[in-house]
Amino acid sequence: MSTLLEVSGVSVTFDGFRAINNLSFRIGPAEMRAIIGPNGAGKTTFMDIITGKTKPDTGRVLWGDKGISLLKMNEAQIAREGIGRKFQKPTVFEDQTVRENLMLALKNERGPFPVLVWRASRRDHDKVGALAEEIGLQDALARKAGELSHGQKQWLEIGMLLAQEPRLLLVDEPAAGMTPAEREHTTELLVNAATTRAVVVVEHDMEFIRRLNCRVTVLHEGAVLAEGSLDHVTANQEVIDVYLGR
Amino acid sequence: MTSRSFFLRNPSVLVFLAVLALFTLGVTVFSEAYGSGELSTSFVKTLGKTLCLALVAVAMDLVWGYTGILSLGHFAFFGLGGYMIGMWLMYERTRTIVVTSMADAPIPPTEQEIVDAIGTQIFGVVGSSEFPAVWAFADSLVLQLVLVVAVPGLLALVFGWLAFRSRVTGVYLSILTQAMTLALSLYLFQNDSGLRGNNGLSGLQNLPGLGDVPQSVVSVCLFWASALALALGYVLAAWIVSGKFGSVLRGIRDNEARVRFLGYSVEGYKLAIFTVTAMIAGIAGALYYPQAGIVNPAEIAPIASIYLAVWVAIGGRGRLYGAAIGAVFVSLVSTWFTGGQAPDIDLGFYTLSWVDWWTILLGLSFVGVTLFAPKGIGGLVDLITDRRAPQRHGAPLGPDVGSLREQEADE
Ligand SMILES: Nc1ncnc2c1ncn2[C@@H]1O[C@H](COP(=O)(O)OP(=O)(O)OP(=O)(O)O)[C@@H](O)[C@H]1O
Ligand SMILES: [Mg+2]
Repeated sequence: MSTLLEVSGVSVTFDGFRAINNLSFRIGPAEMRAIIGPNGAGKTTFMDIITGKTKPDTGRVLWGDKGISLLKMNEAQIAREGIGRKFQKPTVFEDQTVRENLMLALKNERGPFPVLVWRASRRDHDKVGALAEEIGLQDALARKAGELSHGQKQWLEIGMLLAQEPRLLLVDEPAAGMTPAEREHTTELLVNAATTRAVVVVEHDMEFIRRLNCRVTVLHEGAVLAEGSLDHVTANQEVIDVYLGR
Repeated sequence: MTSRSFFLRNPSVLVFLAVLALFTLGVTVFSEAYGSGELSTSFVKTLGKTLCLALVAVAMDLVWGYTGILSLGHFAFFGLGGYMIGMWLMYERTRTIVVTSMADAPIPPTEQEIVDAIGTQIFGVVGSSEFPAVWAFADSLVLQLVLVVAVPGLLALVFGWLAFRSRVTGVYLSILTQAMTLALSLYLFQNDSGLRGNNGLSGLQNLPGLGDVPQSVVSVCLFWASALALALGYVLAAWIVSGKFGSVLRGIRDNEARVRFLGYSVEGYKLAIFTVTAMIAGIAGALYYPQAGIVNPAEIAPIASIYLAVWVAIGGRGRLYGAAIGAVFVSLVSTWFTGGQAPDIDLGFYTLSWVDWWTILLGLSFVGVTLFAPKGIGGLVDLITDRRAPQRHGAPLGPDVGSLREQEADE
């Protein structure tokens, strides 16, 4: 199977504290992967490295069929390469409408001049409409994002992620603060997305992970502790000791 | 996009233009030159200058209110615009005087003698008669007009590129812009800066070639030009923020990291808006100083840029008409108070003189608006149109953070 993203031998130190320790990871072009691990294991930092927010001290991050290095690119360039990210804390543009948020994310030219003269076409409106329906916000398009409930904001952010049409989605704790019904919908969105692209989900909720029905990577102290099916990793004694047993 | 749909989607632009047109008509009808004469020439000039201040406030609102960059440098760009037009005005007027006075000489003066005489006239006050290199184009109106936008634009481009590229934001960026402003004004204060040191450029109200035209007419014409510039600048600004570009700007203000992760080059956008607004500020300054008559380095001092931020805050940032209203309202009230027209208040033990106390009143109003009415005067419009603010669940409004810093800077 071909590789979409390959992270190898990556380490990051914050003021002498090793947050990521010789971490290696790879994911294919249409694969779902869950990442679990105790608080402070380095899950968010791992996403920071891939998206260019944090530069690692050592290691390589290679992207796509040509294996280009992401380490020399800035956040915006990496995003344009096709890596979308949802943050742990929902971050949408609260002062703007749901439609504006989705239009902003929609895959289109990103340079200042094209954006200045850009006006939404029929096709753009249709796409935004379809996305809004998918995330259950079709009736909220004209509302300011700041008025949405916590769960709706999470969905809007997932919608913005899908609107970018990325090849890799990095999703940090998408189900946090959601009701069981909302979680189910979120699962559906992610599983659906993973049929055509790679999706990496960080989550603490085991029930949620189980429903994703995918390979699981366990992180601990900045390194991979175990990898495999959920049943496989949850049977691992080390994983039980550091994470599940607590 | 048709222009019709732009105005339909932004009805406030039409309202603004209509009010501006009515105001212009009113001033014309009551002017000395073309009307009944209730408005003195100097007051028409004050009103014309006020419109230029409204234009630079609109530019400031794009940078600060929409993009969240609290620039304390936009009045420097404004002043530079004034200097650029001032050079031509002074050169050309002095040339006319020199040529006339030399016309009676028995031997007709050579071109070089004329230029030398102009130099002596202009630079005598700073003990020089040589034309500095920066005056190379002063004899050409067209080139100096180009410089009105090119010099502020280029300075903003270079400064912005350095600052934004290294991701300086927030209060540090404000301090950096203030340092730039201070450095520029200190430089201009020097006699060998080539721009007449603290004397600045004067006599700018005398437009070359229009010596026979009375100031009452000149004042109305400059007022019209200012109104036209404000109208065009306002429409341009409204057009910039009406579409996705405006959406990106507001996104940068509220969460610039998020905008980056969507694939937008935040630095590129900041640089673009910083530069464009510096150019607008330059144009506003080029119209302001012929009405003021003099431009000197004190005009560029950091306090002027701080006032600009105060106007925008009091008017209501993040909405263009708010910035314009703030500039017009505060600068006119300020003229009234500092002009000695406001009656002093006798407290028995102390006489409160507004000329001294106005700044303090302004400072207090600014703090009051920031704390209790962050939407400013423009917020009153919401009471009529019932514009609903989003429920932000306590999340801070992007630019608020900046405004507090500004308040510190003011004190
Ligand atoms: N910018 C930073 N500076 C210093 N330390 C940091 C920084 N970012 C992360 N850390 C530290 O690195 C470690 C890993 O943090 P990270 O946020 O990646 O954990 P996580 O696995 O996402 O945890 P959680 O499940 O709580 O979200 C933590 O100990 C954290 O305090
Ligand atoms: Mg985390």
